[in-house]
Amino acid sequence: MRYSGFKVIKEALTGHKGWGPAWRDPEPQAHYDIIIIGGGGHGLATAHYLSKVFGEKKIAVLEKGWIGGGNVGRNTTIVRSNYLLDGNEPFYEFSLKLWEGLEQDLNYNAMVSQRGIMNLIHSDAQRDAFVRRGNAMMLNGADAEYLDIDQIKKEYPFLNFDDARFPIKGGLAQRRGGTVRHDAVAWGYARAADSRGVDIIQNCEVTGFRIENGVCKGVETSRGFIGATKVGCAVAGSSGRLMAKANMRLPIESHVLQAFVSEGLKPLIPGVITFGAGHFYVSQSDKGGLVFGGDLDGYNSYAQRGNLPVVEDVCEGGMAIMPMIGRARMLRMWGGIMDMSMDGSPIIDRTHIDGLYFNGGWCYGGFKATPASGYVFAHLLSKDEPHPTATAYRFDRFKTGHMIDEKGMGNQPNLH
Amino acid sequence: MIINHPLLGPRDSAEFTYLGDAKMIERPDWESETAAQDFYEYAYLRDNPAGIHRELWFHEGGDRSYLVVTRDTVTHEISNVELARDVARKLGRSK
Repeated sequence: MRYSGFKVIKEALTGHKGWGPAWRDPEPQAHYDIIIIGGGGHGLATAHYLSKVFGEKKIAVLEKGWIGGGNVGRNTTIVRSNYLLDGNEPFYEFSLKLWEGLEQDLNYNAMVSQRGIMNLIHSDAQRDAFVRRGNAMMLNGADAEYLDIDQIKKEYPFLNFDDARFPIKGGLAQRRGGTVRHDAVAWGYARAADSRGVDIIQNCEVTGFRIENGVCKGVETSRGFIGATKVGCAVAGSSGRLMAKANMRLPIESHVLQAFVSEGLKPLIPGVITFGAGHFYVSQSDKGGLVFGGDLDGYNSYAQRGNLPVVEDVCEGGMAIMPMIGRARMLRMWGGIMDMSMDGSPIIDRTHIDGLYFNGGWCYGGFKATPASGYVFAHLLSKDEPHPTATAYRFDRFKTGHMIDEKGMGNQPNLH
Repeated sequence: MIINHPLLGPRDSAEFTYLGDAKMIERPDWESETAAQDFYEYAYLRDNPAGIHRELWFHEGGDRSYLVVTRDTVTHEISNVELARDVARKLGRSK
């Protein structure tokens, strides 16, 4: 069933009796060509591109709970491609281009809103760094724009320009960045993949891998053994737990990241703003809530909830750049489990086990990467070679010294 | 979280800097035949368990001691706190 404006009007006039489920609820088959573990944004996107772009058949997505219940359902919905390093920027720009055509590709309203993102600059050194970053972005075909104070005052008059400690000196804007309705991304990919015959199997937890002579033959699940020629893992924060079942240790720690939504306010913030002196970023949802976040709590956690010191730190950051939000009340907060890698960049690669592929280490940049992550992982699974924009995301880069460390923090995952 | 410091009693975890898996104490032998592989695994690979985790916390806003904290990563419950110095000495280090 194609969705369209006419369909909405027709259903409105005929009592909404013609809507069917957006995807099936199939029983697992005995064998698939490709199994994707993880029914989140990345896993579902992988299944979509495998079936649509790479012409693969007999694909299943296995999900422990319900689809879209992990990090794609608990993030701050920002999309952007403002990275510095050559290993990253072409990949994220590819992702942003896929976002721009996503709704037409999926026939699904994902509320892609290119409202722009602006990183504030608070010192001369930071200006140098951001101008360099902007140039790197433009070299890779992305858009970047340096804003001086007068331009920022015109677009964001409510910011705290005269702060004695962190005066605003300028900003780096990416106009094509913005926000996307996060749940709709998972649902749109699921519906598109399902319509091409992908089996999306929910409530099916992978409990182990069947590995014979260094070859992965399939997965043991809570619903029995399912054979597969290739198995791709895209489970984000649970990467360590899952790959331990294949006796793998990863260059990843799982950390909790909190995010927050205020009560609904009138339209206030036109785009996405990031504070350059502390860690705080904010946008406003279409329902009016301010959606904001900041640093990791900083310790290993699978708890999906954090502690109060970070709440205080994030709110202090918000008050430093936007004192007017001081009287807005916080409506809700949540925590997600981030697969923090040792250099802050992801891994999309084969493993040493034939037929077993890995996609993870997204740190807290996974949402914006969803389309490209799915596309390049599908490329790897289908063709057995990496997509040109993802050649740097190798497992062995830590051994060979080819880290992609945007922040230059070294092997300290909680600092990326 | 409250960390029950062996010398100072209960302290707010915000006073500490988190340094990750306590296996960092067990630095490999640089003269070993397999030193390159050992140091790669030491520096970059982690068990990352969901459950009991032994980890290093540095009391940066306090007495600047390093602690080995045994904590459940699913519940955040802390079951044991030791001075990292004592742990290292038990391993035959820092005599």
